[in-house]
Amino acid sequence: MINNSKQTAYGDAFKVNWWIRAGWVLVVCYILYAANYLDVSFARFIAGLGNGADFLAEMVPVNFSRWQLLVSNLLETVEIAVIASAFGIFFSLPIGLLAARNLMPSWLTWPARLFIVLCRSFHPVIFAILFVKAVGFGPLAGILTLIFASIGFVGKLFAEAIEEISLKPVEALQASGAPFISVILYAVLPQVQNRFIGFSSYQFDANLRNSTMVGIVGAGGIGGTLFAAFQRFDYDFLAAILLSIIALVMVSEFISLRIKGVFQ
Amino acid sequence: MALDHGLLPFFPLSNFFRNMMSMQNESSGTSVQRSLKIENLVKEYVPGKPILNGISFEVQGTNSVAIIGPSGTGKSTLIRCVNKLIPPTSGNVYVSGENITQLSGTALRKARRKIGMVFQEFNLVERLSVMENVLCGRLGYIAPWRAWLRKYPQEEINRAFELLDAVGLVEFAHQRADSLSGGQRQRVGIARAIIQEPHVLLADEPTSSLDPKTSVEIMELLLELSEERGIPFIINIHDVELAKRYTSRVIGLCGGGIVYDGSPAELSNDNLTEIYGGASWLQ
Repeated sequence: MINNSKQTAYGDAFKVNWWIRAGWVLVVCYILYAANYLDVSFARFIAGLGNGADFLAEMVPVNFSRWQLLVSNLLETVEIAVIASAFGIFFSLPIGLLAARNLMPSWLTWPARLFIVLCRSFHPVIFAILFVKAVGFGPLAGILTLIFASIGFVGKLFAEAIEEISLKPVEALQASGAPFISVILYAVLPQVQNRFIGFSSYQFDANLRNSTMVGIVGAGGIGGTLFAAFQRFDYDFLAAILLSIIALVMVSEFISLRIKGVFQ
Repeated sequence: MALDHGLLPFFPLSNFFRNMMSMQNESSGTSVQRSLKIENLVKEYVPGKPILNGISFEVQGTNSVAIIGPSGTGKSTLIRCVNKLIPPTSGNVYVSGENITQLSGTALRKARRKIGMVFQEFNLVERLSVMENVLCGRLGYIAPWRAWLRKYPQEEINRAFELLDAVGLVEFAHQRADSLSGGQRQRVGIARAIIQEPHVLLADEPTSSLDPKTSVEIMELLLELSEERGIPFIINIHDVELAKRYTSRVIGLCGGGIVYDGSPAELSNDNLTEIYGGASWLQ
């Protein structure tokens, strides 16, 4: 026979947390309130579907006649992503190491962590606007933007990966009188190498996608052309740009899969 | 436990470049008799509550000492006070006459090269090869950039192969450490400690993660290698029978002090009762 009351001589088996239940009710109430406040309604969504269909209809047939512009823009986009990834990943290695609290004293981890937080606090678009103001229109602004984005992401994850390593080999190498740098090289880096390569290839992917976007604010790459086509109602060319971005991202996805496969 | 003491003051920024560029390959003079002398060692994690209270003993040459005692009595702390992985509160530790407790920074690091250590959980770098793990024992002697490029002096590589042969793992030299069994890993750990050419060999429960047969093999190997090289050998061990069978001296720790120090043959049930308390486990 099943005892549904859950009552035993020892008390209840599961304790009810009323605070957590009240919390869920609050979250649901807030979502309904916010949707109402922002005038998010089903009717508007339906109307929007119709506009979207018109927009899509204007995109076909896709216009690839200006393919030379497209190719040169794509190349610039890739260049921005590659250069930014190379520098960003290169810098995030020492910064991540300095931010690891299990290896470094707090007077080093604090500034390193602060720098990482600063890199992460702004979306790349905001960084791009700042750098366009600072160094002018063009790819340099985009590269600087994505370097900071890369340091923020890879540096943080790398520091966390180092904080999760086993300290047993570190202890052993310290006990044998190995210098600090050798301890890092032999006991720390081998434990995080694969994850670092994973983060880096993921960040390269992200940089490629973001480098198509920084152009919208004038920081170089295909984004500028995309924005211009959009404003001139040049929807068939816009479709060509979007398709080539999709192709680019798929190619890079394929390449990063192969790279990760090599290092498994 | 040990690491919060050992790691943080370990970043020697001032020595960074000097170490990077100019580490010579010094060889230790081997004519003096190797010895370990512990003098009135005290360790307090909480002030006023010593976990080790005035430990003194001396070991020389081919002598082997088993340290036995109940869990939590400070056996591991004692072993780690020798190489200052845990800094002692007071007292002195001499390795072949050099006072370790006074040292810090680069001097401490160089002194640690004279102290080999074998761990309960082997403490190998899992993702490196067996050969690389053995050569970790030489990292204290070569510059980091040479270590990074794997540019070890030829004679060190030869000795690594000889030691791998001695522990029976030559054919595993290029395998990754995580592909080995527990007993094989501990053999790598032993080779890594011996290649340091230490003046004292410390072992912290080296057989506790191993099955009984492998434990005996590891004990035999540790004693064989330390005796033929004249390295004094100190081992923490739970297994009293194993200790009595292999070591030449037993030190019983209890309540922070030494309650037995003598030959394994004379270690009586009364002594064991004094060390571990109770008597029913001896039946």
